[in-house]
Amino acid sequence: MIIGVLSRITLILTPLSLLAIGGASTMLPEIHRQFVDEYHLLDDATFVNMVAIAQTSPGPNVMIMSLIGWQIAGLVGLIVATLAMTLPSCVLAFLAGRLVLRYAASHPIIVLKAALAPIAVGLYLASGLVLARGADHDLLTLATTFAVALLVFATRANPVWGILAGAALGVLSSRLAATF
Amino acid sequence: MADETRPMPAEADLPAVSHAALFAAFLKIGLLGFGGVAAWVRRILVEERGWLSEQEFVELFGISSVLPGANTLNLATMLGDRYQGISGALAALCGLMVIPLLILLPVVTLYDRFADLSDVKAAIGGAAAATSGLILGNGLKMGKQLARVHRSSLGLALIVFAAAAFFHVPLVFTLAIMLPVSLVIMHFLEKRP
Repeated sequence: MIIGVLSRITLILTPLSLLAIGGASTMLPEIHRQFVDEYHLLDDATFVNMVAIAQTSPGPNVMIMSLIGWQIAGLVGLIVATLAMTLPSCVLAFLAGRLVLRYAASHPIIVLKAALAPIAVGLYLASGLVLARGADHDLLTLATTFAVALLVFATRANPVWGILAGAALGVLSSRLAATF
Repeated sequence: MADETRPMPAEADLPAVSHAALFAAFLKIGLLGFGGVAAWVRRILVEERGWLSEQEFVELFGISSVLPGANTLNLATMLGDRYQGISGALAALCGLMVIPLLILLPVVTLYDRFADLSDVKAAIGGAAAATSGLILGNGLKMGKQLARVHRSSLGLALIVFAAAAFFHVPLVFTLAIMLPVSLVIMHFLEKRP
């Protein structure tokens, strides 16, 4: 039984690991379809909760897979799901890294690196805007986003203070909203 | 500012970065990364540790982001390998994943109790607003670095940004169109050695 579940997790996640261009989050609809709809390994509410926890906790978002494995099969499920989702893409990155380093001086690799950088920066900026759209629901949060962006862009100050201030302002404004 | 545009160093002039230093740096990235770790990678590797120049980071980030999988995991793998081989890659990956996982498990168990606390929700919401600012600020700094080398690459970045953020173009289409365009432009801009 447990072996069947673990091999099912591996079979679902291993190919997705190699398809997840843009990160594990881009695979969430497909992961939901397979785990919840197709194989009934999890119910919908648990899936949604796990995504929420992974996205608000420290650590990479790919840990959503670790949590799903944990929910299905405990510690061994967590380990299997984490490895199935991360190992294939990490091996690929390892090989790509070696290749790029080995041919670092060759013209095609120089061109490739120069071509990929602006695409990655564009996508990264877009991910920041998407997160801001979800998080900025009033003037205060909007101002927080602007202030931290400006602080990071214009100075080398430690952004931890910005994050802590953001959290404190969030609590303060919700307390004030509840009082008045 | 000549330092800002130098290419990735050859293996001979790599800074000495130990397994423990790799583990510690990526542990910090993992622990600070509420709502995704990509917000902290540049800050810690470039500004705090000084392991990579702005240009080296932008290049490595480009490769990490276009490969499948989480870009921070890809970057940790490549950077760890560069400094200490396979075991260096594992040290960086463990720092990034293992401790945050150990923190996550009690959170999962207690989630039902925590999630109802409005203070916790408000704090996470405020931190997310700040984190989005951190990502935007980092992205702008990287954009500035791009423009320093080739002004046209800033234009490419803005097109990709607009496609993803405003027109919700699926990533696969964006890559299928913009990667060849970018390759052709860079082919002519990058001088042959």
